[in-house]
Amino acid sequence: MKELVCIVCPKGCRLRVDEENGYLVSGNSCIRGAEYGKNEILNPTRVLTSTVKMEGGLYRRCPVKTNKAIPKAKLFDVMETLNGITLSSPVSVGQVVVENVCDTGADVITTKAL
Amino acid sequence: MLYDLIVVGGGPAGLAAANSAYEKGLRNILIVERDKELGGILNQCIHNGFGLHRFKEELTGPEYAHRFIEMLKDTSVQVMCDTMVLTVTENKEVHVINTEQGYQVLRAKAVVLAMGCRERTRGAIAIPGHRPSGVFTAGSAQRYLNMEGYMVGKRVIILGSGDIGLIMARRMTLEGAKVLACVEVMPYSGGLMRNIVQCLQDYDIPLYLSHTVTDIQQENGRLSHVTVSKVDESRNPIPGTEMEFDCDTLLLSVGLIPENELTRGAGIQMDMRTNGAIVYENMETSIPGVFACGNVVHVHDLVDYVSQESEKAGAAAADFVTNPKTDEQAVQLKNGNGVSYTVPQQVRISRIEKNLEVFFRVRQVYGQSVIEVKDDETLLCSFKREYMTPGEMQQIKLPKMILDKAAGNTIEISVKEA
Repeated sequence: MKELVCIVCPKGCRLRVDEENGYLVSGNSCIRGAEYGKNEILNPTRVLTSTVKMEGGLYRRCPVKTNKAIPKAKLFDVMETLNGITLSSPVSVGQVVVENVCDTGADVITTKAL
Repeated sequence: MLYDLIVVGGGPAGLAAANSAYEKGLRNILIVERDKELGGILNQCIHNGFGLHRFKEELTGPEYAHRFIEMLKDTSVQVMCDTMVLTVTENKEVHVINTEQGYQVLRAKAVVLAMGCRERTRGAIAIPGHRPSGVFTAGSAQRYLNMEGYMVGKRVIILGSGDIGLIMARRMTLEGAKVLACVEVMPYSGGLMRNIVQCLQDYDIPLYLSHTVTDIQQENGRLSHVTVSKVDESRNPIPGTEMEFDCDTLLLSVGLIPENELTRGAGIQMDMRTNGAIVYENMETSIPGVFACGNVVHVHDLVDYVSQESEKAGAAAADFVTNPKTDEQAVQLKNGNGVSYTVPQQVRISRIEKNLEVFFRVRQVYGQSVIEVKDDETLLCSFKREYMTPGEMQQIKLPKMILDKAAGNTIEISVKEA
């Protein structure tokens, strides 16, 4: 039995994941918690948010995110990729910056119009 | 110039208030914002987790702001950015200044105060030691890093485990800094549990509870060492427990203060516990037609609740302009055992349509517990909770039916372990 705090929403449910019983999750108050509990043991993932260099906008950085959760182990690889990117104004919200970043199946997209 | 409504502040609170006032029929609305663009602090909060309640999806701060800014686009709401409000008067004059138009006195039928809050600084917590560069509030560092494009340091200690501090621990780590520790004077974290997990535990950053910074050393004007000591139950440092960290940066996440200079200047009644205005059920302050909402009233931990509260204020402001009501008797909400404050503090029960939403915080960590709502004598209703901490704002909904039963001038909200 493994104890976790669910991070899907700010509620922070205290989960128990039964590794010997098909990763059965208890303590969750919604279905997303059950999914999180199982994934967190088998293949922990996170949405990465960061910024990339920006030219000509109101600010020098443009915020971006992966459009889905990526394996935790790849977070720093993606950060490395983002270091090499420069955007030029104008950008809109949701614009793709990198497709299938580091073979994660996720795209990096902008989160602000600048 | 006479506006129906002037909203002071274009962050999440001001945006939601203006939108909701527009939806309720006001057309001549002005938002005054001191930054170069709308969105307020959301613009620097590039992490996700916003909007789960409000939009049922997980957005970043800029995306959350964008949703509200987009809603304004199809309206007649006017926006004045890069403009500072200097004074709000009792008769709803709003004195503003900017570099284009100079000093102007604007008038409004109703005003919504949505100035948000600012960070407590080193001065507020009186850390001993040198005064080198390298000491930042976590929010300032966040703006430098996420918007202006400056990395503030390489080896970092974070004092305070509020959410901004935790978020910055992860952010600095991802950007290549080494975050050596997060230090919290209280025996529990001030931030959300999920942030302890995804910002500290994910990156093996140690959290020292019941510890604080007791000395700051410098070399050539830059922070070079920070001393951290364990504290006793009265939060006094214990001699002999010192740990020295070799670092160049100290980030402070030691609390937020509602920014109420304008509120006080207008002569509005304040609440010592929240450091914000005392408000009625519709977020109206002690001056009729002046409303307050969001972090300027009390510090929220979720922007979703800021939006919810501010929509209430905006709707009430519209109601004040189009359909003014006469004074009604108000009941005081009293903080009973374990409750540090409530918002609202006063309720005109006759004005409640269905439910009264009450936000409050508890004084300490509670396991399985019961929230009790009483009038002078009797228990009106109660709510069960699995777990409550001072860092997580609580919300209860009191049905009008129950409030109508209340006798006397006060309703008390209290907490006890089950």
